[in-house]
This record gives sequence, C-alpha cells and structure tokens, in this order.
Amino acid sequence: MSHDHHEQSFFSKYLFSTDHKVIAMQYLFTGMFMALIGGFFAYGFRMQLAFPGIEVPGLGLVTPNLYNELVTNHGSIMIFWVAMPVLIAAFGNYLIPLMIGCDDMVFPRLNRLSYQIFLISAIVLIASFFVPGGGFSGAWTSYPPLSAQAKYNLTPLGAPMWLTAVALEFVAFLLGGINFITTLMNSRAPGMKMWDIPIVLWMIVIASIVFMASAGPLIAGAVMLLFDQIYHIGFFNPNKGGDPILWQHLFWFFGHPEVYVVLLPAMGIVAEVITVFARKKLFGYKTILYTTIATGTLSFFVWAHHQFVAGIDPRMANVFTITTILISIPVTEMCFAYIATLFGGSIELRTPMLFALAFLAEFLIGGVTGIFLGSSGSDIYFHDTYFVLAHFHYTFVPIAIISVFAGIYYWFPKMFGRHMNETLGKIHFWGTVIPFNLIFLPLFFLGLAGQHRRIYSYENFPELAKPYLQDLRILATVSLIVMLSFQVVFLFNFFYSIFKGKKAEKNPWRANTLEWAAASPPPHGNFPELPQVYRPPYEYSVPGRELDYWPQNEKA
Amino acid sequence: MSAETSPKHYVKIWAILVVLLILSVLGPMLGIKLVTLLTAFGIAIVKATMVANHFMHLNIEKKYISYLLIGMVLMVFLFVGGTSPDVLMPEGQHWEKQVIEQPVELDHGGHE
Amino acid sequence: MHQPIATTRSATGIPTGRLAVWWVIASEIVIFGGLLGSYVMYRLLHDAWSIEAANTHTLAGATNTFVLLTSSLFVVLGHHAAEHGDGKKAFRYLWLTILGGFIFLIIKSIEWTGEIHHGFVMTKSLFWAFYYTAAGLHALHVIAGMVIMAIISFDTIKNKNLHRVELIGIYWHFVDIVWIFLFPLLYIAK
Repeated sequence: MSHDHHEQSFFSKYLFSTDHKVIAMQYLFTGMFMALIGGFFAYGFRMQLAFPGIEVPGLGLVTPNLYNELVTNHGSIMIFWVAMPVLIAAFGNYLIPLMIGCDDMVFPRLNRLSYQIFLISAIVLIASFFVPGGGFSGAWTSYPPLSAQAKYNLTPLGAPMWLTAVALEFVAFLLGGINFITTLMNSRAPGMKMWDIPIVLWMIVIASIVFMASAGPLIAGAVMLLFDQIYHIGFFNPNKGGDPILWQHLFWFFGHPEVYVVLLPAMGIVAEVITVFARKKLFGYKTILYTTIATGTLSFFVWAHHQFVAGIDPRMANVFTITTILISIPVTEMCFAYIATLFGGSIELRTPMLFALAFLAEFLIGGVTGIFLGSSGSDIYFHDTYFVLAHFHYTFVPIAIISVFAGIYYWFPKMFGRHMNETLGKIHFWGTVIPFNLIFLPLFFLGLAGQHRRIYSYENFPELAKPYLQDLRILATVSLIVMLSFQVVFLFNFFYSIFKGKKAEKNPWRANTLEWAAASPPPHGNFPELPQVYRPPYEYSVPGRELDYWPQNEKA
Repeated sequence: MSAETSPKHYVKIWAILVVLLILSVLGPMLGIKLVTLLTAFGIAIVKATMVANHFMHLNIEKKYISYLLIGMVLMVFLFVGGTSPDVLMPEGQHWEKQVIEQPVELDHGGHE
Repeated sequence: MHQPIATTRSATGIPTGRLAVWWVIASEIVIFGGLLGSYVMYRLLHDAWSIEAANTHTLAGATNTFVLLTSSLFVVLGHHAAEHGDGKKAFRYLWLTILGGFIFLIIKSIEWTGEIHHGFVMTKSLFWAFYYTAAGLHALHVIAGMVIMAIISFDTIKNKNLHRVELIGIYWHFVDIVWIFLFPLLYIAK
C-alpha cells in the first residue's frame, strides 16, 4: 500500500484528519467532555432536590429556571451528545474499518464533515447556556406549547439554539450513518461473508439504519417548531389550527427508536467482550442477529407508549401496549443468548468483563420495570413519576456509561497501544456500579410514592415533603456524588495509561476479530497488508486446536 | 438492456411524463372530486414510478434498493397511520379541542 | 487526496458512491415524508384550507413541473453520455440541467413575490406556512443539487470521475419526484 509519508502538522493530523481512527477519538473525547458537563448538571439539580435552597458548591443557588435548564440539558446532553457520539460514532468509526479489514471508511472526507458538524452542534448547545435567558428549559422532549413560546419557557434564545443544535447533530449522524452503512455493505475483506461480520458491527449498522428511518419526521418537526418559536406560526398551536399532539408523535416516532439506536451498539460491545472473556463461541449468532433485526423493526411500532396520558386514541393505546410488550421478547432473547454464552465458559473477570456483566444485570432491571410502563393501564399511575425516571436510567446508564466503559477498557490497548491499570479499573468498576444502584433504586420508591418529575422543590407538597422521602432523595444525591467522584479514578487511569501504561502487544486479549491483526495502535492505513477472512469471528476454544482462539484472518 | 438506456427511450419517457402532467392539470378543471383526486395523486404516483424506474434506473438496479426505498415510504405511512387517529379526531368524550381557523392572537416572544 | 482502498471495494455489486446516494435518498424520503404527512393530516382536518389553496398559481406550478421534468431528461442524457465516455457532452447536459434549476427558481421567486405582495405570507395561515416550508425545503434541495452539479461538471469535462454524473443524476431525479408530489398537494388539490 502506498502512503504519503510526509509529516503532517499537529493541526492537520488531529483536527482535520480524515483517518477514521482520529475521527473516532475526536468523537470519543468530545463525548467524554460533554459527559462531564452532563454529570455536573445532574449534580446541580440533585443537590437542589436533596437540600432545597442551598448554595450548591461550584454552581450557586439553583433557581427554578436554572433547575429546569439543568434538567433539560442533562437529558439532551446525555442522549444526543454522549450516548450517540460515543456509542455509534466513536465505536462505529473506530471499529467498522478495522473489524472488516480495510484501510478506512469509504468516504473519509464525509466522515470528517460529520464530526465537524457534530462539533458545531456541541458548541451551539454550550453557547446556549450563556445567552440572555439561559439555556433551553422546556425538557428534552421539548413539548409545545412550552417549547414553542418564549412566554412559557422563558428562554427566547436558548430554545431555538437548543433546537438548532439538535438538528445539526442529526445531520452529523445521518452523514455518519450513510458512511457506516455503505462501508459495512461494500468494503468487507475478501472472504468475509454475511455471517462472518462481528455482531457489534451488525448492531451499529442496524442502529444507524433505524436512526435514519426514524429521524426524518423529527427533522421536519424541528423545522416546524423552529418556525413556531421564531415566527409564531403555530404549527403546534391549537388556536391557529395546529396540534401539539402532532409534535409528540413526531418526537416519539424518533425518540423511541432512538432508545434502540443506542441500545444495539451497547449490546454489540457486550457481545464482543463476553465472548473473549468467556473464551467461548457466541451462543446463537444468527438468533442474535435476527432478534436485532426484529428489535429494530419493532422499535418503530411502539412510540405512542410515551403518550398514554396525552389524550391519544384509546384504541391506539391498546395497539401500542401490545407492541411494547412484544418488543421485550427479542431483547430478552438477546440477553438469554449472552447468558448462554457465559454458561460453561472459562470466565476471566477482567475489568471489561465486569462492566459487560454489570450491563446485563442492570439492563435487566431497566427492562423489567419497563413492562409496567408499557402497559397503558398501569402507566396512568406511573406516568411522569420518578418510577419512569428510574426505569430509563436503569436502561440508559448501562447503555451509555457501563457498556461504554466495557468498550473503552476492552479496546484501549488497541486504541493507544498501552494497557489501562487493572486495579484502578476494578476500583472504578465497583465505585461506579454500587453507587449507581444506590442512586436509582431509591427513585423507584419515590416514584411509587407519587413523586412527580420536573418539580423544583417538594417542600410545597406535604405528602412528598415527609422526612423518609427526603432521606431517600439525600441517599440518591450522596450516591451520585460518590459515583461522580469515582470517575476521577477512571480519568486518571485513562490519561495516565495513554502515556505511561504497560505496553500492549498486537492481540493482548487473544481475540479473533480483525482489529487485533493490526498493530497497536494501528497506523494510518491500518494493516500492513489488507487481511483475508477465513472463518466466523467467534471461534474460541475449538476442540482439537492447541490455541483457544482462532483469528479470522489466520489461514487454516 | 440497451433499449432501456438509449437516449430515444429517455425522450419517450419524458414525452409520456409531459402528457401525464397536462392530464393532471386538466383533470381537476372538471370539478369532480374523485376525478381530481385520481388525476392529481394517481398520476403523481405513476409519474414518480416512471422517473424512479427509467431515469433513476431502479428497473435495472439491484432489487433490494427498491425495497429499501419502498420501506422508507412505508415508514412515512406508519407514522401517518399511528398519528392520524389523534390529529384527525380532535373531539373526545371528556374533552374538547376547539379548532379555530383564524389566528386569534399575535404572541410577542420574550418575557417581561 | 489519497483514496482509501475501502472506497474501491464493492461486496454488494453496487458501486460505493451509488449505494451511498441510495441511502441519502432513503433518509430524505422520511424527512419530506414527515413534513408532507403532517401537512396531509392537517389538510384533511381543515376543509377551509381549500379556500387558501385556491390562491396558488396552478400554471406556475405546472410550468415548474415541466421545467424539472425536462431537466431530469437532460441529466439522464448526461449520464448516458458519461457512460459512453463523452465528458464534453455530459458537461453540456449538466449545465442544461443547472439552467433548468435556475428557471425553476426564477419562476418560483416571481410566483412567491406576487403571493407575498398579496399578503399570503407564512404567518397568514397554516396552509401558507406549509406551502412555504415544503416548497422552501424543496428549493434548498434544488440549489444544493445545482451547486454539486456545477462542481462535478468541471471534472466531467476533463473526463474525470465520470461516474459522478450518474450519482448527481439520481439525486436530481429524486428532487424531481418530490416536486411531482408537492405539485398536486400544494397546487391542484383545491
């Protein structure tokens, strides 16, 4: 392979690179930075809830407006600027070309453009916190009329900026998604057949397709809402012939598939990690793939379960209850296939494996509590309480935090050519997972006690201001602070190991997939010679073979 | 194959499209609602299919591209199907949504 | 720029560029679909919109449909020329297509100027809001197509990257198809 070997300046190498690995790192670091902001916001409003009216250290007094701003942007950041860029864009960019054995994405410049648009969207969002009136405070779902009229949301500039940022972010991921899909479809290594593609790539690409098919109506809706905000047109204003429920449909037609858009890559990362650390073939490769497709398809038929109390047609509520309960079947099947993979394996409890196992356990709780919310009858009680909040944090935190940690610890040697410290990793693991449960388990109980979301202070609600409820809130807040402080361990470990970690060889985990055939870290162009594929990706502990792994590119 | 991609063929398709366009403009002038709907939207679908098949060459492209595009159109129908029971039926048993045609108020953004 | 080997591979049998254009179009279908779907639902709900719709110029819309159809013919002829390695001819057809785009935009601006002068602005009623939003979104796609086509044409005339003529052609046909649906929705259904 011929390369231009001239030295690139720092600027063109790290900021304007078209190399998929550099772009992946850009996404990863931007995502990590945004996660810090999102976590800080969570700290801000949790402090207010636990200790109403105190001066929050580092933030000051949380006014009702600031509270709304923090809650809104915590949600938006964690989903659009953390989960999406890290799970889809960072891992997708990093893994797709390496795992299918080619030198780059098919459209490197499109890839760079996608990151640049994403970066602009992040800058627009951050800028919106500093404009007069502050950042958008109409909740991440942005329901009109609250979001459409400045006289309700009190953020005349923050709201349009938030919407613009979200729209730009969508454009970035549409471009990225086209790149991912085309690369996987067309650029596989010679010999790599459909069933030889590692499951994580299937999941990232199916997630990209789901994103593409669901985001369209919301992009149109975002334009309509933007016009409502700026020109007061009234697409969603009943006084002018519009309909606010239409926005809810536009939003959730995207918003629910979005859950699966981030779930699938997380599931994929976990699949890779557990096969390697259980030294066992992935149980039911095709079953997992079919359930992935079923999940992706069904995810389009469930959106209105977010609107059971919005006054939607009760007949539709029946339909959406059934589809919502149905979708738990393929997801459960996936979890069972993973557990079956573990069964009888020789499990090594390294840090990535711990995170992967924690993902399965915690996501299970999130999934089970979803059954109550998906049934239109019980949802009438649970709707908009902290039960909902605890439920989706039990899905989103495993997805966007725990599985991402599994992925980072697992691929770190490949990304930076060095190992992360195992002891610090384990400290970080327990320091993340235990406080995580202590944050959100109390919130289930608070929700069952009737505590509504998006309330600034419960002091004015005698039923909710009781001391035992307040104690639960304090427990959740303290656990959050503990969890956040343990991330310092991770950050230290991460940055220290980039420069000073133990050197990693090519294939430290003895894994099969193609990225481990490249040097650690892979140079520009990835492979000295583009690999051929001879077998499926999960041939671990094959009987009669001396080694317990069998790389995909090794000639028989 | 070659007959499908010759300039002559393209001009022929274009001529049919123009005739269809004229029909779709003339049809509604009769003032019969069914004719209007048929000529306007029926012909639009025919025209779109012709452009897709003969100009975009979906007729000689791999089949799954057609399925992909049709799938995306079905997504739109799914969205409209799931949404229209709410948007098209503004009256309910216990609540009422009034549809007022004229803009009743001019809101000025911002807060006092 | 150094082209990655990845771009030259074609496991599906469809060239990478064309495959990507199909996905672009797939994602555009749902964007326009979401907007037009919302419009259709509102339109069915509000019978009174037919009074508003009566103020649109069917003739202008029909002329524009004709212009876009003709430009579609030009770009497919350009594709044909490019396929036979005739970059110069393809270049001419590409610019004829761009000219079609210009005529489309000029007719549109004359039409809109008249309507705005008569007070049919976006804020008048939701029909006009949809009218300008949908046609405006479409016009943005026309402009984008013209710009890309112009950029491509300078490679085409040098007989370089001739396959790109087909790619922009497919996109242009899609823009044409969107207009084929916008025309009855906004102009004819009165």
